[in-house]
Amino acid sequence: MNSLKSQGFAPVVSHLKKDGSEWTVKEKLMLGLSPKEYWAVQLRNPFNWVLWAIYAVGLPILVGRFIYGLGWVTHSSYDYPWGLFLGWGLFVMVPLSASGFMMGTTVELFGRKDFKSIERLGLLNGLLGYLFAVMFLQVDLGQPWRLIYPMFVSLGPAAVLFLVAWHVATYLSCQVAELVPAFAEWMGFPKAKQFIKKIVLGLTVAGIILSTLHQGALGALFTYAPGKVHPLWYSSSFQWFQFFVSAVFAGLSMLIVVSTLTKWFMRWRCDETYLNNLSKLTLGLAKGASLALITYLVIKIIGIAHDNDWQYLASGWGAWFMFEMVVGVILPLIFYTMAVRNGNASLARFSAFLAVFGLALNRLNTALITFNWQLYQEIPHWREVVIVVTVYATYIVVYRAVLARMPILYTWKEKK
Amino acid sequence: MKKLHRRSFLKGGLVGGAAIAAVGTSKHAEAAGSFGGYPDSMGVLVDLTKCVGCRTCEAACNKEQGLPAPDKSFDDPSVFEEKREGGLPRRTTEKAYTVVQKYDVPGREHPLFRKVQCNHCNEPACLTSCFVNAYKKTPEGAVMYDPTVCVGCRTCMVACPFYIPAYSYSSAINPVVKKCIMCYDTRLKFGKPPACVEACPQEVMTFGKRKDLLKLAHQRISEKPDAYVDHVYGENEVGGTAWMYLSDVPFDKIGYDTHLGDQPIISYVKEFLAIVPMVLTIWPALFTGFHLLSNRKDGLKNEDNKS
Ligand code: SF4
Ligand code: SF4
Ligand code: SF4
Repeated sequence: MNSLKSQGFAPVVSHLKKDGSEWTVKEKLMLGLSPKEYWAVQLRNPFNWVLWAIYAVGLPILVGRFIYGLGWVTHSSYDYPWGLFLGWGLFVMVPLSASGFMMGTTVELFGRKDFKSIERLGLLNGLLGYLFAVMFLQVDLGQPWRLIYPMFVSLGPAAVLFLVAWHVATYLSCQVAELVPAFAEWMGFPKAKQFIKKIVLGLTVAGIILSTLHQGALGALFTYAPGKVHPLWYSSSFQWFQFFVSAVFAGLSMLIVVSTLTKWFMRWRCDETYLNNLSKLTLGLAKGASLALITYLVIKIIGIAHDNDWQYLASGWGAWFMFEMVVGVILPLIFYTMAVRNGNASLARFSAFLAVFGLALNRLNTALITFNWQLYQEIPHWREVVIVVTVYATYIVVYRAVLARMPILYTWKEKK
Repeated sequence: MKKLHRRSFLKGGLVGGAAIAAVGTSKHAEAAGSFGGYPDSMGVLVDLTKCVGCRTCEAACNKEQGLPAPDKSFDDPSVFEEKREGGLPRRTTEKAYTVVQKYDVPGREHPLFRKVQCNHCNEPACLTSCFVNAYKKTPEGAVMYDPTVCVGCRTCMVACPFYIPAYSYSSAINPVVKKCIMCYDTRLKFGKPPACVEACPQEVMTFGKRKDLLKLAHQRISEKPDAYVDHVYGENEVGGTAWMYLSDVPFDKIGYDTHLGDQPIISYVKEFLAIVPMVLTIWPALFTGFHLLSNRKDGLKNEDNKS
C-alpha cells in the first residue's frame, strides 16, 4: 500500500470522494480501491503469505481444541494448570494493552491535547489487546460457554479472579465506548460521537480505577501460590504493585512499538499531523515510561529486601533474574533517559522494543518458567504454541484492518 | 531413590518457603488465621508408621466414587516405581482421588508409604481462589466441589498448596475438577467414615472429630516419643487441615512441604484485597481533582481545539 500511495493513490479520509459523491460502506471497507485492485494488493503483500501459512496449520488445530478438548493441545498437566494460553494471552497481553487508559488519562484528564494525535492508537491498542486476551481465555477455559457464570450465575466475589473478570468486562465496554467516536466518524453517526464526548471524563476515570485494580489483580493471582512462584518473582506485599507499575511502562512502550510499526508499514494511512508529531510524542511517551521503569526497579529491589531474598541472586535462577532485570528494565531505563535527554526518538524506539520484551519475559517467568521451580520445567505442547501463534496472528490481522480503515492514524475530514 | 526426595537436592530453595512463612506473619495474616474451621468438624488422622502400601484404600475410593478402572490393577506394586515428570512420585489424577506413594528411607527397615488425597483444609486455598464459588467447606469438614458451575479456569489447582485437584482435560464437553470429597454425599453426611478409612486392613486411619484427633495424635507422640517425630502434619499447616499425619520420618524427607507456614493461603492475598476498596473510593475523587486542576491551569486556551 505504501507503494500505491507513492503512485498517487489517495486513501479514504472523509465521506466524500474526490468527485464530490459519497463513499459507500463497501467502498470504505475496500479502502477506496476497486475490488480487483484491493485483492491484488492483498495478494502482493508477503506478510499475508505468512499469515495464510499460519492459518493453514493453526486453524485446524484451533478447531481441534474444541472438538478433542484441552487434553489434545496441551500436556494436560495437573501441576501446571496454566500454560501459554494464559501465560502469554492474559498475563502478557493485558499489561501491553495498558496504553488505553494511560492515553485517556493523559489527554482527557490531564488535558495534554498535544498527545491527541496518538490517543486513538493508544485506545485501540488497549481495546484489541483486551479483546484478544478474552479470546485467549476462551481458548483456555475448560468450559468457555460458562464465561458469564462469575457475573450472573454463581458469584465468588472474594476471589481475585472474580475482580479480574468483572473489571476486564467492564473495562472492555469502556474502551469500546471510548473508540465509538472513531467508528462514528467513519460511518457518519455524529450523534454517537456527541454522546461519548459528554461522558468521556467518566469513562476515563472508570478506566483508571479498573486498570489499576485488574492490572494489580493479575499479579495478586500469584499470591495464591506463594510457594510455587520463585521468591525472586514473588512478593506477597508488592506483587500487585509490581504488576501495575510494570503495566504502565509496558503499555507506553507497546504504544511506541506499534506507532513505530505503523510508521514503517502503514505510512500510507498516516496523515501529516500524526507523522510530524510522532517523534516528539515518542519522546513524551518515553519520558513517562522511564519514570515507571525507575519506580518499578525500586519496588523490585524493595520486594527482594523485604522478603530477604538476596541469597537467591547467587543461584542459576538469580542469573536468569538479573538477565531479565538488566535487559528488560535497566537497559530500557538507560536508553529511554538518554533518548529523552538527547531528543533521540530512534533510541527511544529501540528501548521500547526492549521494554516490551522485558515485560513479556517477566510475565512468562512468573506464570510459567519459574512457576513450580521446585518441581520441574514444563515445556508447552507444540499444538499449544501453534494455537497461540494463530490467535496472535488474528490479533494482528484485526489490528491492521482497523488501522487501515478507521480514523486512528489520520484525522477524519468532516464535510463543512 | 534419590529422586523421590525432591527436597533433599533442592535445599537451597527451602529458605524460600521460610521467607514466605515469615511474610505470612505480617499484620493482615492474623485475622485470617483465626478462623480455624468449624468447631465440630470431622477429620482423619493418618498414622504413616502403620501403612504397608497395600492400596486397599485406593481400590475402595475407586469403587465408592465410581471412578474409571485404573490403568494397572490395585494389587500391582509396580505403580510405586512410576514417576511423573521431574522424577516426582505419582500424584492424584482425574481417575484417582487418592494415591499411595512409596519412599525408601535410608536406615528404615521398610519403605515408608504415604497416602495422598485432599487434606480438606480449614480455610481451603481452592475455595478462596474460585471466582464462581464452586467449593464449599461443609460443617462436617469436607471440602466439596460443584461441577455444574465450574468454568474451568483452574485457579484452584494453581492455588492448592498440596497439588491435589486434577482436571479431566480429556473431556471436550464437560471437563471438571476431580478431587477427593471425603465421601461426603455417601458417607460423611451420615456420620460414617470415608470408604478408604474403613477399608484399610491396617487401621492406618482414624476417623473422628478433628479436635479429638489432635488430642489422640499428641497422646500417641507422648506415649511413644521414639516411634514418631514430634509433629502432627496438618495441625497448623496453611491454617490447619482435616486430614492430619503422624510419621516416624521427618516430614520433609517424605515429600511433605514443611515450609507452607501456618497461615491460610488467602492471608497472602489479603494485602491486595485490602487496597481494592481504597482504590475504588479514593481514585475517582483524586483523578477528577487532577482533571479540574489541569484544566484550570490550561485555562480557556484549549477550549477551541477540542474536536
Ligand atoms: S488440599 Fe487443596 S484441594 Fe484440598 S481443600 Fe486444601 S486447598 Fe483445597
Ligand atoms: S477451575 Fe472451576 S472450581 Fe477451579 S477455580 Fe476455576 S471455576 Fe473454580
Ligand atoms: S475420603 Fe472418599 S473420596 Fe476421599 S480418598 Fe477416601 S474414599 Fe476417596
